[in-house]
Amino acid sequence: MFLHIDHVDKQFTNNKTVHQILTDIDLTIHEGEFVSILGPSGCGKSTLLSMVAGLSDVSSGKITLEGKEIKKPGKDRGMVFQQAALFPWLNVEENVMFPLRKEMGKKKAKETAQRFLQMVQLSHYADHYPHELSGGMQQRVAIARALAMNPKVLLMDEPFGALDEQTRARMHKELETIWVETKKTILFVTHSISESIKLSDRIIVMGTQPGRVIADIKVNIPRPRQMDQKEAAELQRRINALLKTEIDKVVNEELAHAANH
Amino acid sequence: MQRTIKQIIFIVALIVIWESVVRIGGWTADIMPKPSDVWQALVRGFEDGTLIYDLGASFQRLLIGLAIALLLGMGLGILLAKSKTADETLGSLILSLQSVPSIVWLPLAIMWFGLNEKAVIFIVVLGGTLVMTINMRAGIKNVSPLYIKAAQTMGSKGIDLFIKVILPAAVPYAVTGARLAWAFAWRGLMAAEILSTGPGLGYTLKYASDFGDMSLVIAVMILIGVIGTVVDLIFFQRVEKNVMRRWGLEAS
Ligand SMILES: Nc1ncnc2c1ncn2[C@@H]1O[C@H](COP(=O)(O)OP(=O)(O)OP(=O)(O)O)[C@@H](O)[C@H]1O
Ligand SMILES: [Mg+2]
Repeated sequence: MFLHIDHVDKQFTNNKTVHQILTDIDLTIHEGEFVSILGPSGCGKSTLLSMVAGLSDVSSGKITLEGKEIKKPGKDRGMVFQQAALFPWLNVEENVMFPLRKEMGKKKAKETAQRFLQMVQLSHYADHYPHELSGGMQQRVAIARALAMNPKVLLMDEPFGALDEQTRARMHKELETIWVETKKTILFVTHSISESIKLSDRIIVMGTQPGRVIADIKVNIPRPRQMDQKEAAELQRRINALLKTEIDKVVNEELAHAANH
Repeated sequence: MQRTIKQIIFIVALIVIWESVVRIGGWTADIMPKPSDVWQALVRGFEDGTLIYDLGASFQRLLIGLAIALLLGMGLGILLAKSKTADETLGSLILSLQSVPSIVWLPLAIMWFGLNEKAVIFIVVLGGTLVMTINMRAGIKNVSPLYIKAAQTMGSKGIDLFIKVILPAAVPYAVTGARLAWAFAWRGLMAAEILSTGPGLGYTLKYASDFGDMSLVIAVMILIGVIGTVVDLIFFQRVEKNVMRRWGLEAS
């Protein structure tokens, strides 16, 4: 058991009312697996990921990585957010060196940063500042930065959500190559069905209100995958049907709420 | 370029109108000097070195005062941002002091320090510190949570997080604070020099007024305005703009 999300619940309390966000999430993720978490907006995907990152606490249950319970953020889990979250006062190379500066000398950190910038094909931009890069380039730097500290798990929260279609397709290819090269365990949050089919070994489909796992689907389509392949189209139809019930639920609730006000 | 041309034409027109109105009205220079009188006063002041001497004296006080104000302001701003108790007590006091022009402290300052440099510097420090404190506090409070989260996932916490992430993220606010501190300090300095003692631009202005030398009065006024604008435009606004762009707070 590599990463174990063990019967985790999450509640938020707002003005004394308790909101159940996630109920009984129970997942085992194996080393080297590329797992997508797919679900409608607001079902708690980001919340789940930030608990794995250690940025927020579980309400009950526990999360363990290689048997050790996760309580705080740590370098064994790298995180890539929807916005690149690069530090604007550091150049590209310094950004990638940020997590390394304590554990290795400057020279070694520089070499490591260079290596990972090469992996995302941005070594020529080492001394550029984040505001000089496009959104896709910034996100690649963020991926390099997370990988450079050699985490056991890479957590990605809709990392390509803000990018245009073509850039996103390029990023998919690049991420797949990186994953094949590094064999990292990746937990990838998305609400795009095709993105999850294209990239992952396994898709966790989540329902909403409260957030829970409604399906855990193995994807056995050989890579590189095309969305017009028969199996891919078939899988997409199946997940669509699963999610439709969930999205209808959100819409109905919205309508009921509107009617009451 | 267009804009600069318009501005030059405007200033020239203003001077021409001023010169002709005074000539037609027939006022003497001790009531309303002509631009040419003012220009002569300015040239005389620079030639005999008095204005240069004054500029040096004023700037020395300003720099000492501003440096103290910026350091104090940063320290206080950090304190207010980090301590809720300090913010609720000292913070609200500082906010209300902000509405009091620093120059009203001069009588007290003269009592405490005597009629000398120190009283003037005190006014400069007071003028700059408050606004720097308020901006520094806002800068630290408004650091994007995303930066903090990202840094935490990279193993940064505590003092390291504060120095390597929160402080640099607050730089845009600090720069704005410094620009405003300069503006307040400059105004406070001139007022304090007029009301207390010299040497300095403000003191020379009052001295000229006592002797009815209105040409020199206006010459000094123009000098005060030009320096205020030039430092703001050439230095602070440029730095501020660069920082805003780099920090991604402004579409470039
Ligand atoms: N700090 C918080 N306090 C209270 N409620 C919160 C907090 N953070 C998230 N929530 C709520 O938890 C639910 C899940 O939020 P979350 O951001 O995890 O959803 P998501 O699945 O990532 O959605 P999206 O796809 O839109 O990013 C939402 O209803 C949200 O309002
Ligand atoms: Mg989210």
